[in-house]
Amino acid sequence: MNTHTSDVVVVGGGLVGSAVAYGLLRQGLSVAIVDGGDDALRASRGNFGLVWVQGKGYGLADYARWSFGSARLWPGLRDALREETGIDVELQQAGGLHICLTEDEMRQRLERLEWLRREVNDPAYQHTALSADEARQRLPGLGPEVHGATYSPMDGHCNPLKLLRALHAANQRRGAAVFNRIQVDGIAHQGGVFTVRAGENRWQAPRVVVAAGLATQALAAMVDMFVPVRPNKGQVLITERVAPFLTHPTNYIRQTDEGTVQIGDSMEEAGYDDMVRSPVNAKIAARAVRCFPALANARVVRTWAALRIMSPDGFPMYQESATLPGAFAVTCHSGVTLAANHAYTIAPWIAGGGKPAAIAAFAATRFTPDTEVKPYGI
Amino acid sequence: MASNQPLFQPLPAVQPAPDTVSVQVDGAPVRMSRQASLAAGLLAAGVTAVRRSPVGGEARAPYCMMGVCFECLVHVDGVPNQQACLVVPQEGMRVQTLRSLAASESEGAHV
Amino acid sequence: MSEPTRDLIVIGAGPAGMAAALAARRRGLDVLLLDEQPDVGGQIYRSITTTDAQRQRILGPDYSHGASLADAVKAAGIAHWPGTAVWQVDTDKTVHALRGGANHHIAAKALVIATGAMERPFPVPGWTLPGVMTAGAGQILLKNASLVPRAPAVLAGCGPLLYLLAAQYLRAGVAIQAILDTAGGTDWRLAIRHATALLAGWGYVRKGLGLLREIKAAGVPFHQGVEKLRIEGADAAEAVAFTSRGQAHRIPCGLVLLHQGVVPNNQVTWSLRAQHHWDDEQLCWVPTCDAWGQTSLPGIYVAGDGAGIGGALVAELQGELAGIAVANALGQGERQDGEAQRARIRQHLAIRPFLNQQYRPKDEFRIPADDVIVCRCEEVTAGSIRAQVALGCSGPNQTKSFSRCGMGPCQGRQCGLTVTEVIAQATGLPPADVGYYRIRPPLKSLTLAQLASE
Repeated sequence: MNTHTSDVVVVGGGLVGSAVAYGLLRQGLSVAIVDGGDDALRASRGNFGLVWVQGKGYGLADYARWSFGSARLWPGLRDALREETGIDVELQQAGGLHICLTEDEMRQRLERLEWLRREVNDPAYQHTALSADEARQRLPGLGPEVHGATYSPMDGHCNPLKLLRALHAANQRRGAAVFNRIQVDGIAHQGGVFTVRAGENRWQAPRVVVAAGLATQALAAMVDMFVPVRPNKGQVLITERVAPFLTHPTNYIRQTDEGTVQIGDSMEEAGYDDMVRSPVNAKIAARAVRCFPALANARVVRTWAALRIMSPDGFPMYQESATLPGAFAVTCHSGVTLAANHAYTIAPWIAGGGKPAAIAAFAATRFTPDTEVKPYGI
Repeated sequence: MASNQPLFQPLPAVQPAPDTVSVQVDGAPVRMSRQASLAAGLLAAGVTAVRRSPVGGEARAPYCMMGVCFECLVHVDGVPNQQACLVVPQEGMRVQTLRSLAASESEGAHV
Repeated sequence: MSEPTRDLIVIGAGPAGMAAALAARRRGLDVLLLDEQPDVGGQIYRSITTTDAQRQRILGPDYSHGASLADAVKAAGIAHWPGTAVWQVDTDKTVHALRGGANHHIAAKALVIATGAMERPFPVPGWTLPGVMTAGAGQILLKNASLVPRAPAVLAGCGPLLYLLAAQYLRAGVAIQAILDTAGGTDWRLAIRHATALLAGWGYVRKGLGLLREIKAAGVPFHQGVEKLRIEGADAAEAVAFTSRGQAHRIPCGLVLLHQGVVPNNQVTWSLRAQHHWDDEQLCWVPTCDAWGQTSLPGIYVAGDGAGIGGALVAELQGELAGIAVANALGQGERQDGEAQRARIRQHLAIRPFLNQQYRPKDEFRIPADDVIVCRCEEVTAGSIRAQVALGCSGPNQTKSFSRCGMGPCQGRQCGLTVTEVIAQATGLPPADVGYYRIRPPLKSLTLAQLASE
């Protein structure tokens, strides 16, 4: 039997687990990261890459503030990772556009953003409504079917795979002990120490963080927490490299730092099916061409479908076990946007600092097994 | 029109002569057999490199001749990134390789 | 564009695909045969319908055998879509394909995937240079276009196809500069161990020995036990350097043809998430099938080299089996048990263990040094893969996401096997545990407009 001891065990080596681990290492703690295998579901590999604020938090303004806060911390994270690892995660925060294809969409969108502006009530938190012509000025090539767009200077994007790699590299340099291909089958607790168990292997620490994507619910239950997550399928298309044409990311389409065009974004309740399927991929393609007609001749080189994490209301869950203090669950849908907050705000809390007021609304205890689940569809 | 000596040449005179068409390759006319792929026609005409790698810019040429290596990508009638080994030459077809495309164009599509 | 449901769609019109289509059609099934090429034949019988006497003499009687299959397919009136690129296959057996620029999706009750084989990757320094091609490419140029090397070429690698091409070039009056044999050399103790199999497959062995005789008789420089192979040149191949029996050599040359065996072309079955297993003898992934060639997905069959390398005659027999199986499953015509075909397949496959051992590609050429490009499309080196393993990646999908290796247009066809083995060596895990890329559609690229027109 192999037993490893550290200050914290982080179960999950994706964007959430890696960002939290990074923050914990910065706090001077020793960290063990326990991660699944190459064929694990890995929502982190299916991320669209937006660092996005506008429109988030409708119905729960705290989430708008949480996203905004993270976006403001993001440049610091980018700089730190670049300095520590040499990896530039290609953060661009020059603003983003949400494209609306119909008048109805535009109207609903503006209602939503106005509600958010009133609730958040911060002069720095802003958006602008753009007519089709105004949108076209910012995004030449926008098609005639576009009705309008909403622009926010708060928005941006990065390279999510480089982000994950940078976090892994930074964590390694800071001395994290990383264990791969691990399937956790139990978390025991005795005398203030948690023991994470996988076959004959053990990881012991006074603190354990469950940040395991879709596996979070089962693992959190082992430490007396109800953390309901379910899969939400998103399909994405990637084109060949094209000449630079898209200066700002949009909700459906962004041009990556490599020059390829990434196109989404669908949401399906499809259980654990992560196969790319028609007709959703065709609908995504059709919408992209409506937005940018010149993309009609761009070739789709690859596609993917990823199972992202959805809570019953779509907002994150940050919870410390009431009966087993020291056990935490950290789960969210937007692992890229929130990476900075996870490193700089969540990690200090887990390390023993006070619970930040900003996350009070995200207790997992707001859900019970009877909570109604909101369906999501394309 | 060959800038280099061709790497390949035809077997001695084939009877009956194959059905040929005239294809524009980088602006110059080339006769090609309709029974052979465009990639074969390019190689016979002395084209030794067809594109630049989008990563490092190195010249690349057909490698597998059967559609699994994706090295033989050329522009055909204005459409980029066609696998020449799967294209059947047609009369008047316009083919562009790295020799007539700007550096950025031969790497990827234009929008 | 939507189509009526077919009883059977066969993907690939080589010997396996043609035989499957024929067997099914003879039992009265409605069959659609799809292929990327302008006519039937696959690669082994490429251009068989447009060939001439000169090429047939050079290529030999094995090639000419393909004509009978091609003729039978035409005579049977099997619906055949040439020039058709299959870009997505669904588990419900719907096939999405581009034909003449138009998108089609066609439903079927059963599928036979007969996509054949492709050359094993041969990553050596300089293998991406213009002037470096596969031996298979050389043979395709001969079959398809009557083209042969203008200046004497160097043939490097191992395996029957390399020697066959050499013999064919010699018959065509083409000089060969040198053959660089990377195999270990004839191991006669091995031969004795496989004596029974050798006797059963004597036809193959005699053929192989005959080829070697032809090559030796022509006086082609033949270097054995080749190691440290590298191709040199600035913008194109200029020379080949290597060691042989401890001696260093450098041969100026503008055309190098590489070959170290063929491996199944599995993109379709991987994209379906059919079960595969690692075959340590063939050093490749093979779809796991039952005695009829049915994969782990009901109603989806594999036949031919795509099911494991067996050669053209085995491919034909497997195709027949698959066609019969589909007809059996659909209750069409008299049920057959396939035992006659299986017996002949066993005979033909008897020689394979010997060939696999005799021509086992050396580690150096499958698991290259750090500075060698593994992913041609994205120019990722073996060293980069090893660095990602050191960062914690335990499989090819993680290394892909960290290095872009496998993200280019070929979608892992040229690098997949190499990456699995590099990671296996770096982690100490067997290839079976390392796994393979998650293959996704489109299997061939298509424009957004074409995709949108579904």
